[in-house]
Amino acid sequence: MSDGHDHSHGKADIARRVEAIESLLAEKGLIDPAVVDEIVRFYEQEVGPMNGARVVARAWVDPAFRTRLLADATAAIAELGFIGPQGEHMVALENTPRIHNVVVCTLCSCYPWPVLGLPPSWYKSPAYRARVVREPRAVLAEMGLTLPADIEVRVWDSSAEVRYLVLPERPPHTDSWSETELAALVTRDAMIGTAKVVVPQRP
Amino acid sequence: MNGIHDMGGMHGFGPVEVEPNEPVFHQRWQGRVFGMVRALGRGNIDAGRHSIERLDPVAYLEHGYYGRWLAAFERGLVRFGILAPGDVEARMKTRRRRTPRTTAGASGHTRAAWAPVATNFARETEAPPAFAVGDAVITRNHQPAGHTRLPAYARCRAGVVTRVHPAMVFPDDNAAGHGENPQYLYTARFDGRELWGGSAEVGTAVHIDLFESYLDRAG
Repeated sequence: MSDGHDHSHGKADIARRVEAIESLLAEKGLIDPAVVDEIVRFYEQEVGPMNGARVVARAWVDPAFRTRLLADATAAIAELGFIGPQGEHMVALENTPRIHNVVVCTLCSCYPWPVLGLPPSWYKSPAYRARVVREPRAVLAEMGLTLPADIEVRVWDSSAEVRYLVLPERPPHTDSWSETELAALVTRDAMIGTAKVVVPQRP
Repeated sequence: MNGIHDMGGMHGFGPVEVEPNEPVFHQRWQGRVFGMVRALGRGNIDAGRHSIERLDPVAYLEHGYYGRWLAAFERGLVRFGILAPGDVEARMKTRRRRTPRTTAGASGHTRAAWAPVATNFARETEAPPAFAVGDAVITRNHQPAGHTRLPAYARCRAGVVTRVHPAMVFPDDNAAGHGENPQYLYTARFDGRELWGGSAEVGTAVHIDLFESYLDRAG
């Protein structure tokens, strides 16, 4: 059921099927395979959680940017150049010592592409989509994040064209860190809300 | 539609399996499908989602994310007359080579002209929004056979508006080709107990983005 598998066709079959479609569409002049190459390259290399991490780190070091991000995330994120499909109507969700936010799309797999890239398999899985709205604490605990009962858990089901970015809490004892160093700490999962940002222990 | 895609709250899917450091595309064909859909896509994202929802429910579960994209893409190509039924199978029998590159050189130094284009779903409307932040609302028992973005788990449930968004393209109509018919979009907060009864975890709430016609004023 995971994204890497297909049970109704063999892997070779499905690869040949897609190749056949691409060649037919290219012959008809509807698809330029070089454009498809470029789209694949763009989503493999140019967008991803490193973009969202820059937004988060900027919000941690620049209070005015943080204010703009929480007021109008689409415009604030565009200041860093992160615009495009599935990022048209952004909302930033601020984690606090009392509130933890986590994002899902139960109806398909909506995800903020310009800041996080394309979604990981688990985000698209029936298990995550079905369960995180009903039992977010249990799902987060399974994924390694156990939240005390007095922290409110807010689940955000991206059921329309609004896309959500979690603004995690800045980890303690990072006051002297640069924006670039901070960005390197911020993970994809922390911006979905299934993890917190932590400073790795030195060996 | 009451389909397999509407998964919120379902039981029986087991644990969430996380693959560490997974690639963006696990197999080459997944990237080609994604790229072709993006390259050809002419914008009706609601119709695209509904096409995926209408896959056979067993196939929906078995195909995986990009397998679903592929199935919906192929069906669209046939429906719009771009490909005839059987074209793909015939081509599969004759071709074994990869599609020749038309503009990019083998070195990859030539980049094709392409840029990710954002689509603004917000629309100007003259009427004011019916609800304001803090209003108590109840979701309708809205069960169309076509596309909708009201999840089944949130039907007939009481919530509170937490944000008023601009009017946006109404997916139920747009998916069917009945026009954009923009409506105000709201975020509403639903307490876990309201959604899940006695099985709810303490201190949990779900926020859902809902169009105006999904909602009635409560009380």
